[in-house]
Amino acid sequence: MATAALTAERENYLNKEYGIRSWLLTTDHKRIALLYLASITFFFFIGGFFALLIRLELLTPAGDLVQADTYNKLFSMHGQVMIFFFLIPSIPAVLGNFLVPLMIGAKDLAFPRINLLSWYLYMIAGTIYLHCIVTGGVDTGWTFYTPFSTAFSNTKVIEAGIAIFIAGFSSILTGLNFVVTIHRMRAPGMTWSRLPLFIWAHYATSIIQLLGTPVLAITLLLVVFERAFNLGIFDPTRGGDPLLFQHLFWFYSHPAVYIMILPAMAVESEVVACFTRKRIFGYNFVAMSSIAIAVFGFLVWAHHMFVAGISLYSALVFSILSYLVAVPSAIKVFNWTATMYKGSISFTTPMLYAFGFIGLFTMGGLTGLFLACLGVDVHVHDTYFVIAHFHYIMVGGAVMGYLGGLHFWWPKISGRMYPEGWGRLAALLVFAGFNLTFFPQFLLGYMGMPRRYWQYPPEFQVLNVLSTAGSTILAIGYVLPMVYFLWSMRYGKIAEDNPWGAAGLEWKTSSPPPTFNFDEEPEVTWEAYNYEEIPAPAEVNVER
Amino acid sequence: MFDNFPLWPVRASTNAGNVDALYIFLVALSAFMCVAIFTMILVFATMYRRRRGVEAEQIEGSSALEITWSIIPLGIFMVIFLWGAVIYFHERTPPQGASEVYVVGKQWMWKLQHEEGPREINELHVPVGRDVKLIMTSQDVIHSFYVPAFRIKQDVLPGRYSTAWFRATRPGVYHLFCSQYCGTMHSGMIGQVVVMEPAQYQAWLSGGSTTGSLAASGESLFQQLGCPTCHRSDTQGRGPILAGIFGKPVQLEDGRIVIADENYIRESILSPSAKIVSGFKPIMPVFQGLVGEEQLNALVAYIKSLSPVPAGAAGKTSLTPAGTSSQNP
Amino acid sequence: MLSDSPVAVEQHGPELLHHFVDAEQQRDAATLGMWLFLATEIMFFGGMFCAYLIYRYWYYNEFAAGSRSLDIYLGTINTAVLICSSLTVALGVRAAQMGKRKLLVILLLLTIVFGFAFLGIKGVEWYDKYKEHHIPGPSFNVDDLVRDYPQIHIDPRHEQIYFSLYFAMTGLHALHMIIGVGLFVFLTYYAWKGRYTPKYYTPVEMGGLYWHFVDIVWIYLFPLLYLIDRHR
Repeated sequence: MATAALTAERENYLNKEYGIRSWLLTTDHKRIALLYLASITFFFFIGGFFALLIRLELLTPAGDLVQADTYNKLFSMHGQVMIFFFLIPSIPAVLGNFLVPLMIGAKDLAFPRINLLSWYLYMIAGTIYLHCIVTGGVDTGWTFYTPFSTAFSNTKVIEAGIAIFIAGFSSILTGLNFVVTIHRMRAPGMTWSRLPLFIWAHYATSIIQLLGTPVLAITLLLVVFERAFNLGIFDPTRGGDPLLFQHLFWFYSHPAVYIMILPAMAVESEVVACFTRKRIFGYNFVAMSSIAIAVFGFLVWAHHMFVAGISLYSALVFSILSYLVAVPSAIKVFNWTATMYKGSISFTTPMLYAFGFIGLFTMGGLTGLFLACLGVDVHVHDTYFVIAHFHYIMVGGAVMGYLGGLHFWWPKISGRMYPEGWGRLAALLVFAGFNLTFFPQFLLGYMGMPRRYWQYPPEFQVLNVLSTAGSTILAIGYVLPMVYFLWSMRYGKIAEDNPWGAAGLEWKTSSPPPTFNFDEEPEVTWEAYNYEEIPAPAEVNVER
Repeated sequence: MFDNFPLWPVRASTNAGNVDALYIFLVALSAFMCVAIFTMILVFATMYRRRRGVEAEQIEGSSALEITWSIIPLGIFMVIFLWGAVIYFHERTPPQGASEVYVVGKQWMWKLQHEEGPREINELHVPVGRDVKLIMTSQDVIHSFYVPAFRIKQDVLPGRYSTAWFRATRPGVYHLFCSQYCGTMHSGMIGQVVVMEPAQYQAWLSGGSTTGSLAASGESLFQQLGCPTCHRSDTQGRGPILAGIFGKPVQLEDGRIVIADENYIRESILSPSAKIVSGFKPIMPVFQGLVGEEQLNALVAYIKSLSPVPAGAAGKTSLTPAGTSSQNP
Repeated sequence: MLSDSPVAVEQHGPELLHHFVDAEQQRDAATLGMWLFLATEIMFFGGMFCAYLIYRYWYYNEFAAGSRSLDIYLGTINTAVLICSSLTVALGVRAAQMGKRKLLVILLLLTIVFGFAFLGIKGVEWYDKYKEHHIPGPSFNVDDLVRDYPQIHIDPRHEQIYFSLYFAMTGLHALHMIIGVGLFVFLTYYAWKGRYTPKYYTPVEMGGLYWHFVDIVWIYLFPLLYLIDRHR
């Protein structure tokens, strides 16, 4: 009986109300975060399924698993689903939505109903895209290059374009919500210089979402109009310019990659600080580097077009600028590493993901230097080298950041601990599987294997087989957390308010938090990452 | 499976070695950075793993360190940038006197035409040691001409010419790939570049059917289409004289000055009202839809042949570097 | 601000949402939110303006000819209509600030009337273009322009780009106007119900900001589309 009283649940955002209406009509940022968690996980597995089919086809040089048209649809939809329906929302819509108000001491985001609208827009977009998939799909590549997409493709370009257009508004509204919230709803004492670096990075991400996504929207709209009404804005046979499309497209799509990586860097800062029990080395520089990445990120788009037919002088300018944008990212990596010096380091699952993130992001970022380099890019552009580069950043970086963050804040979100042993195993599987999948692709790329190839010359086979083998291990590594997170919601050990002994306002409220986040409005009188004042938990590694 | 398992593309052009040198430098630099960072992390993770009674030391940061590790990478980046820019500039500036091959990409094949006349499909025969300039356009969507062994790649666009050049250094057969996704058989739009010893190349040239040089077929097309009616060789014509204009500046009626390169010639045939030469009226008929890509190539080759200097420049490096149109940023 | 210390809780109306600390924070948040949203709209229209500027530079003659084929009188009237509507909006915000409910309702209604006038005139213009076969697509035909301007050599394909951009830009603008009119219908209803007081008129202000933005977009569209080469 005594134990029943001890374990009797306090009222929190999860048990406050039950029933599907209370979820579908919620304006609680924490519930909306979980709605997003479910939907993006669904799309992650769809995109992942397409990836597996691609890797299976590439086991052999001949095109013998699916037809060429089908393969072209597979890689196009893999890219679109993963980017627009998984990566772009992932950390901001799940972890950002959940944590931004908590971290700054607010009761909710500035516009809770718009937050729910964001999710519905995402769901509408996702439904339209699913319909597109099952009624024929799209085969333009995720990049929709004209005139192929406007005048030659026989697939559902308009439908895919409309779906992504709508998803873009979901992204814009999330960004808008975060910027206003961070500006106007910080608790008393939470000055800008006391903000967790997670907030700085999400602020920068939101600026990019706000200013960049509308350009993608208008570009896709023009493509849809051109296809539907036979216009000719991008069609050279009618006086249009296909390069104009590329400029407009990349003006968004390059900053988009920073939308995908900055939030992972946000997680990285929080996790490294907690499991070294130290303030992040160079807080000001790390905070400002997020802003610098957002600003410079808008200036480099044509580095995707070095062989597209832009002038030599444009190419020189964009190459230099691309090197400038690399500097702030390097600064972050150095600062995280320096944080470990004289720290007190534990090797929990989130920290394992954090180590993996630094390693893989560093490798991916360094290979970006190759691509910014004009002389080398001519050779490796549109080859597997590029594919390896961006997967190192987006999967090795962003997805590992996402998973690390999910594990780190899982006790706060669900009130339960995940099983630590399985967590570490999954992290190692993901790391190993990832490297085996994508490292061979650097070699393939320099050897000259072009991307988007359904069939390929036989000398590329060995490396392709290694890559496919790695992808199966990676897949297992991704499935495991799904299983044990679900398991933990019922059987996981009940979490305390602050199981990691972490700094940050979110850890000062219960796990899970009450609907309005704090019993009393916090008043902040301490600096961020005040680990000297927070006792380390006796047992950081909590076994089940 | 293991017979054919190289890990490095063969080097078959003058350019390849330069690109590889830079690449190897980048690999070495990256390896060094990775080893340095990973070692530091490993060392810190071991030395500073959590131990009872040992607290972390709160260190705010160090501006000196931040500035150092910003400036030094920036410096290295600038070196890499310059090195790459030099190679790129060299790649995009075809040398004078290069022999020319006109390339038309279409879904899903490459059609090539030597200026001496022979046509090829999905294959390009070239002699060792000769500069070859490719003048390329597409009949439909964007393609890309990629020869890994030469380390060259250039997108091939509909509606304009783009150029690339190389000088092959090793006889052999090398992959030609389309490297810009172009639809169903994008991965089938492949072929080979066959590099031969000069004597063998001559034999190959004369072995084929004699259709005459590209410029010759351009001349007969020029006559057929009635161009000499206005483009006379004296100043009485309603259109500008075409002899000697290639590679030289042209004054347009709106005051602009442009260089008469391949793209200018092509545009003047397909869309004459875009640029009217100063002193002339906009009365030239539009030939868009009346001439195909290969016929256009022949006409361009013919008009180039009317200029006294070899194709490629008016005595100096062309001001519009390879790979551009005269109008686009 | 601990909940057990006696702090005077300001009596607030139902319009204060509970996640805000006070009405001022709510108003600040709404204002910043609306300005940010307008920034996204600038980027949205910006893409099209960019395409327009590039093609106008390349195909100036065709753009000039297309521009002259637009009805400059209707365009000017529409510009005047929108400027007047921005006046009624601004006066409406002032009326709300001063608590003049009836005046506010009248001004909001006037704004809606102006909005409909604009859309109606635009409809007439589009219909004219339809009759002249200037709508891009299968029935597009600019023989009339080729005939009217023999001194320049008009390429119908380039002309079609002008009209594609014309319809895309005015179409998107009209869509924003329709949304604006819809917003103002709601505002008028709530104003009539007395919801807006000198202490709380944020929605009117926000609606006003949106309306002014749509107006400003038109102020750019009008000279760019209608006034090319008209000085000759």
